[in-house]
This record gives sequence, structure tokens and C-alpha cells, in this order.
Amino acid sequence: MPGTTTLDLDTSSFKGSISINTGLFIGGKWCDPVDAHDHAEIINPSTGKKIMVISLASSKDVDLAVKAAHKAYKTSWGFKCPGKERGKMLLKLADLLERDADQFAAIEALNVGKPYHVAKAYDVMGAVEYIRYFGGWADKNQGNVIETNEAKLAYTRHEPFGVCGQIIPWNFPLLMMSWKVGPALATGNCIILKPSEMTPLSALKFAELVVEAGFPPGVVNIINGYGPVVGQAIAEHPDIAKVAFTGSTLVGRKVMEASAKSNLKVVTLELGGKSPTIVFDDSDLDQALKWTMQAMYANMGQSCVAGSRVFVHEGIYDEFIQKFSAMVQGLGQTAGDPFSANTMHGPQVSQVQFDRIMGYIDSGKSEGATVHTGGERHGTEGFFIKPTIFTDVHPEMKIVKEEIFGPVAVVLKFKTEEEVIEAANATTYGLSCCIFTENISRGIRVAHALENGSAFINSAQLVDHGVPFGGYKQSGIGREHGEYALSTYTQVKGIHVNLGIRL
Amino acid sequence: MTSFSYDFSGTYTGKTSFKTGVFIGGEFRHGASKSTIDVVNPATGKLVTQISEATAADVDDAVKVAQKAFDETWGLNVGGAERAALLNRLAILMDEHADELAAIEALDNGKTFGWAKGVDISFSIATIKYFAGWADKIQGQTIETDEKKLIYTRHEPIGVVGQIIPWNFPLLMFAWKIGPALATGNAIVIKPSEFTPMTALRMCELINEAGFPKGVVNVLVGYGHTVGQTISEHMDIQKVAFTGSTLVGRKVMAAAAATNLKNVTLELGGKSPNIIFDDADLEQAVNWAAHGIFWNHGQACCAGSRIFVQAGIYDEFLKRFTAKAQSIQVGDPFAPGIDQGPQVSQIQYDRIMSYIDSGKQEGATVHTGGERHGTEGFFIKPTIFTDVTPEMKIVKEEIFGPVGVVIKFTDEADVIRQANDTVYGLAAAVFSQNINRALETAHKLQAGTAWVNCVNQLHANVPFGGYKQSGIGRELGEYALHNYTNVKAVHVNLGHKM
Repeated sequence: MPGTTTLDLDTSSFKGSISINTGLFIGGKWCDPVDAHDHAEIINPSTGKKIMVISLASSKDVDLAVKAAHKAYKTSWGFKCPGKERGKMLLKLADLLERDADQFAAIEALNVGKPYHVAKAYDVMGAVEYIRYFGGWADKNQGNVIETNEAKLAYTRHEPFGVCGQIIPWNFPLLMMSWKVGPALATGNCIILKPSEMTPLSALKFAELVVEAGFPPGVVNIINGYGPVVGQAIAEHPDIAKVAFTGSTLVGRKVMEASAKSNLKVVTLELGGKSPTIVFDDSDLDQALKWTMQAMYANMGQSCVAGSRVFVHEGIYDEFIQKFSAMVQGLGQTAGDPFSANTMHGPQVSQVQFDRIMGYIDSGKSEGATVHTGGERHGTEGFFIKPTIFTDVHPEMKIVKEEIFGPVAVVLKFKTEEEVIEAANATTYGLSCCIFTENISRGIRVAHALENGSAFINSAQLVDHGVPFGGYKQSGIGREHGEYALSTYTQVKGIHVNLGIRL
Repeated sequence: MTSFSYDFSGTYTGKTSFKTGVFIGGEFRHGASKSTIDVVNPATGKLVTQISEATAADVDDAVKVAQKAFDETWGLNVGGAERAALLNRLAILMDEHADELAAIEALDNGKTFGWAKGVDISFSIATIKYFAGWADKIQGQTIETDEKKLIYTRHEPIGVVGQIIPWNFPLLMFAWKIGPALATGNAIVIKPSEFTPMTALRMCELINEAGFPKGVVNVLVGYGHTVGQTISEHMDIQKVAFTGSTLVGRKVMAAAAATNLKNVTLELGGKSPNIIFDDADLEQAVNWAAHGIFWNHGQACCAGSRIFVQAGIYDEFLKRFTAKAQSIQVGDPFAPGIDQGPQVSQIQYDRIMSYIDSGKQEGATVHTGGERHGTEGFFIKPTIFTDVTPEMKIVKEEIFGPVGVVIKFTDEADVIRQANDTVYGLAAAVFSQNINRALETAHKLQAGTAWVNCVNQLHANVPFGGYKQSGIGRELGEYALHNYTNVKAVHVNLGHKM
């Protein structure tokens, strides 16, 4: 039987004991993996030290979970459970998460390194609102009746897939889980969810709320494991009808490939980005600076929508870079313990990520870019990197082309609207963009011209649960959030009732 | 300023105590006229309490207060997610007080406590919850024209809306009205029926407790010709929604036309046909047909009051249907084992009895019932008329009581013609096991709701409303949102030059 580990926290932001089960959550119960060999050490990125250990699954456990999910789907979920009832459970789940908001914020701060107060306001409350929003859609899944002729009744049903696999990343563990479970459960699907093996703690705690909210056993199954093992097993499973993956473009390809080679399951992907921020000379500069900071350095740059290429009009470049550096240095000074109320900048999530980002910083230096500020480790403990700005860059540099996923911005100068649109679009990515201008026509025109799934005019990162979100080009396939998410988790059946056509 | 307390006994043994004043700006007060309205218990005919009467001056006050709330603390000042939270909170409070609300409804309206709890209150809560889910999903469109333009639509709240509701399902009608209106951000002036104001008044305190800003919902109990008329002709109310008789619906529309052309939606009467073919599942048809006419003591706008039975099964149907009607237990709404309570008022009782008399005089056969039940209160026995002709009053006019007419038919095309031969068009039902016949008939019936092998099935997410003189507009479902929003198209020029 899997055990629980109790984390005792005594910090200025949170004091309390949190117990977390270390096993797999399958069929409404906690269990050990079939082959109980693999464990993962969960590391506190602020200190580099171990927090606790969790069990890791193999493909055999995925098989068991799929069986449990199918059983639930046939007997107590999907068509067996009206949308109204599904909605009630989702609303209850949201209420429970809100009740336990402090605990979940503490878990995210401890496991991921994000500042506690940000985790609570943004990650946890965002998850609460998201689940609540989809609770409201559960009984509003509407097909169409389509007029053809009077000898026929033709209508569509938007049916759940059945069992969906969901693979989520480590940058916003709880929030990403809510983005997945909300629409999938609202539309009547059962779920096999694989959290990141680096940041599984909030998902493990969340499983307790799933039980308390009254979801039938097998509707939500949480399986921790490595991507190449559990993720792969999900992506190639013959009895999973749909997989949704959020993570790197590199791994996204593998998911799609696995689907193509197995049962052609429907695939939606939320992948990487190298999102442009464009600051025109007719922008409100003070606001543009603040939003650009937010776009780049929120979550320590570990955000798929990070505005990591900052294009500044030459007319305001000098003033911009001077003020931007000062702000970025100021942010660097708030680096510290996520549980301290003064901390605005935490560590990167892991040693691997730390090394990767430092590798990009080195490449920037060796390719001839200027480190305008930052560019090195902060402190001696944990995975902290100083917020960094590179200038004097050119489009072929790795730091300009590739997604760094750390607190590293490149700032470029531009002259004309046409030129910057072309430069901003010169990327394989297309997730989001930010445009700063007080001229409404320009703002909307540029937003329309940029090849991205989201465009933020005079703002950044204000992702809203009602507005669709997703990538163009290699940033992804499909949309999450809003009514669009319902289409992501349903398949359309057209039904033709013959009322009188005779052969 | 009035208030009401009561100790219930029988199938519910709780207490209730609440204020019954005119509810404006989150507070109770006497009406401007300082007069009261008598609330009568239809099971006994006796006075239960007196409540403050609202009149025209109170409507004016309420509209001002509602407008201020809409401009400052409601409307687009409050995001959809927050409106959703308030509606969800209200639903939770209603759930906590479900039994109490059911008891008040049974006392005031005469329906049994069991029906009130099982259907009225539970469906009311479901309706509020359903519309809470829509509150943050009010979506316009972007519409492609050319790349030099951005065009999109906003679905904006209307502002102050007037709502006038009937006495047959007091709390349910209250929920059907405030749900979509609040979800879309409107402020409300609502007039419950002066016959059955009590659950609406109990809701006022729950609306405060849920946290709605003061003035968002204003509840004024008064007479149709005073409060109802003032709402309908008010220059500062932009929309009125009325549920009630077709007769009064006309007055509402005429008043709107004569004043500020406010948008009008109407849910009116019906004389809904229930067509039972030879190939119906007979036992089921009997059970559903009984529900169709006797549910809520026949006081339902969608009551299946004209029952057409195909000749081949007519005798057997009538025999079983009569037995069913006779098995209905009529009595005290709070006594165990009772199915049917009294009609809502003396006026209604008299009206129904006069239809029964007219049926007898015009030569129809009283197959069962046709008289008072007991000696106290407004109870009428479940009644079936046979041997009727299309011109009889009991066949043409809405009786709104437990009185059904059963008509034999042979020809399918002709029965559809007969079923449609009415100024009404609220609902219709067809019973047949043959899919083509059932669906074709449903498609040909001129009614806003067509039930196939069932009746009276209502869901918060399925539209409901009338064809012809049964109404204008649809309530429930996503359709209800359109009743309470104004569409604004915004055209942003991105490059067209003059």
C-alpha cells in the first residue's frame, strides 16, 4: 500500500502540515505501481534539497488505469451521468480547491519555486475559476438540428471521446491540471492524467478533492511517471481515444508520432513559444515597460507565452532599455525564498532547467550578444538565475531563435511597422504576442497581421478562461479555454432520421 | 411594514418567519398607499395574513433604484464570473431552505408539499444554477467583412427590466425570470401575483443574503391593473416579460406599444392537444395523459387539455384514464397520500365550475368528476368530459383546472388539423411507437414544444414558449439570454479613408 508523506511547513506565508500520498491514483483508490521499482525524488528548487519521494508508474499501470477509466465511462460517467450532475461535481471541486487554497499555494511554492502569494492569487485561484467556469458548461453541450428537407430529421450530437489521456508540464502544475480536467470532465470524458514527474505534488493532493467532490471512481486517474515511459504509453495506447499534451515542441512531436503509429487518436498540443513583444513609439511607455516585464519574467520566464523577443522602436529604444534594465535589476533584487512576502523572483524549477538556461546564456555570450544585465547565477543555493537582458543580438543567434524558458529576454530595435511584423513572424512558433501602441488602428492591424493564437494589445499574459488559447504553427494544435475547449473534448456525430424517403 | 410567521404541520413541521413588505433597494417598507392585500389559504378559504400592497408610486421608486444599481453597482460594472458566483450562492441558499420554501408554496398556492418540494422548488434551484453557468459565457461574434475593418457584436444587458409572473408556479416562474435576467446583468422590477406572493417575498431575504447589490432585484406585490399596468407602460423600463393569460398579455403589449415600445416577451395560455395513436403504448399513454391535464390541478399553461384518442383504442383508453382520474387523492396539501390540493382561489374555482356548467349545458357528458370536492376550500374533482364537439367552450377555451376533454378520432391528417385548430400553440404531445409517425406529427403540430411519448417534460436548458397566441419569445436554455440582451454591432475602421 502506498504511504503518505507529511510536509511540515513553518514559514512566514504558510504554517501547517500537508500530507501527500506517494502512490498512483487509479479507479478511485491509491495503489503501488505494478513493478514497484522506480521512484522519483522531488526536489525543492529553492534549496536543491529533497522534499519527498513518489512512486513512478510503468506502462502496466497505464493499462490498469485505462481499464478503470473505461469501466467508469460505461457505468457511471459519460452518457450515464447527465451534464447537470457533472456540473454540480465540478462546482463542488472548485469550492473544495478554494477552501484549501492556502495548502495548494504552499505546495506549488515548495515544489515549483514560485512565490507563495503569486501561486495563491494566480495559480490556485485561476484553477478554481477555471473549473468553476467549466462546471457551468457541463449542461450546455449543444449540437445542432440542421434543416435538410421535411422527409428527414438531421441533428448532431457532441459526444465525449470516452477515455482521454492528458500530459501536463511543470511550469504551472495545478493550473495546467485545471485547464485539462475542466473541459474534459464537463463534456463527460474519463481521464488518465500524467503530471510532470518533477512537480507532481499538487496533482497528488488534488486527487483527494476529486474523491471528496464525489466523482465516481475511475473518472479521474492520476499516474506519475517519466515522459518516455508513462507519457509514451498514453500517447500510443490503443484504448485511449484522445490525448492532450502541454509541454515542449520537441516532445509534442513524439506524442503526435506515437498517435500516428498506434490508433490515430486525436491529438491536441500546447507547445512552446518565442513570443514577440512589440513596443511602438506611440505607446504609453511606462505601461509598456511594466507589461513587458510581466510578459517576460513572470514565473521566472517559465511560461509558454513568455514575451522573450522584445522589439522596441528605434525612436524610444534608449529610454526603453535604460528603464527596462533598471526594472529588471530591481526584480533581481527580490530573488529569494518563495515563502517570503518580499520575493517576486524564485528559482528555476530544476537543475536540468538551470543548466539549460545557463547554456543559452553562455551561447549568447559566445555568439557575441551583450549581457545588458544579469547573465549569471543568483546566490549559491538552489537554482536561481538573475533576470537577464541581452542586447546587440541578430536574428540567427540561438538566444533569438530558440525557446530558452528562463528569465532571459533579447531586445531588438526596429524602424517600421512592416519590418517588425516580418521579424516577429520569422519563427516556427506562434503562440502569443503583445503590442504596445496608443493608436487603435495600428494595434488591431498589427494584432491581425501577427501569426499567433493570442494577441494582447497594451497588455500581456491576461489569459482568460472564457477566451480561446492555443498556438499557430509549431506552437500547437487545437484550443483550450472558452466554448472552444468543448470542441476539443467532443466528437461530432451526425444523426439522420428518415421520416419518409422510400426506396 | 408587514411580516409573516407560521408553524407548519402535517407532511412538513417546520416554521417560517419573514418580512412581507414592498422590497425596494434591498429593504422592506410599506407601499406608498399604506394598503394591504389579503393572502388566503385555498385549502380552507381562510385569511392567512395581510401583506403590504405596492402601487404605481412604488413602481416609480423601484425603477429609479434599479436604474441606479444598474449604472453603478450592477450591469457591466460586474463581471460575468461574479454574477455567476452570486447566482450560485442564491441557489445554495434556496437549497438550504428548500423544505421551508416548499411549505410556503403549498400553503399559498394549494399544491401539495410533496409536489412543491419535488418539482417546483427543485426545478427553481436547477434553473438558477443553470443560468449562473451562463453568466460568464455571454458571447457576441466577430464578423468578417474586409481586412480594413474589425466588426464585432456585444450582447449587452438591457438595463431595468420589468417582470410580471403568475400564481400557478410562483417560485418556479420567479426563477425562470430572474435567472436569465440577472445572468446577463440586468436590474429587475418584478411583480409576483397578488394571489401567491409568499415565496417571492421569502426570496427577498435570500437575495440580500446571497450578496446581490441593493436595488438589483426589486419585488413589488400589487394588482395587475396598478403595478402590472405601470410596469408595462413605464417609460424607463426597457423590456417587459409577462407570463399569464392571453387576455392580459394583450394589455401588456398594447401598453408597451402606446408608451416607449419596450421589448415584450409573453408566455400565455394554451389548449394543448395530446394525440394518442392506436400504436401507442397504451398504459404509458394513460399515465402521461393524466399527468398532462391533472398536474398542478390543471393550472399549467401547457396542460394537455384536449386529448385525442384514435378509435381503435378509445374505449380501453377511456376506461383506464377514468380509473386513473378517479384514483387521484384530493385533499389537504399537507396531508400524507394527497396528490391534488385546491384550486388557487375563489375566482379560479368559480371560473372552472362555470366551464363545467357550460360543458353540461352544451351537451357534453361528464364522464367523471364535474363537481366540488368537500365543503371547505377550493377543491374540484378531477373531471373528464366526453361526447364533445369542436365548438363547445370547454373544447375551445382554456379552463385552467383539472378538466380534460377526450375526443375520438380516426384519420391522422384530420386529427392534426383539429389539434392545430386553435388560437393557441404552446405545447402538444403525440403518442405512437412508430418513429416516422411520431416525429412527423410532432413536426406538423403548431406548438413551441412538442412532446413525443411524454408530456410536461421541462428542462432548464431546453427552450419553452408559444406559437400563435400562446406567446412571443422563448424562455429557458441559451435562447433565454436573447430576451435579456441588446445586440450592439461595433465597427472599427482600420484603414478605410474618406
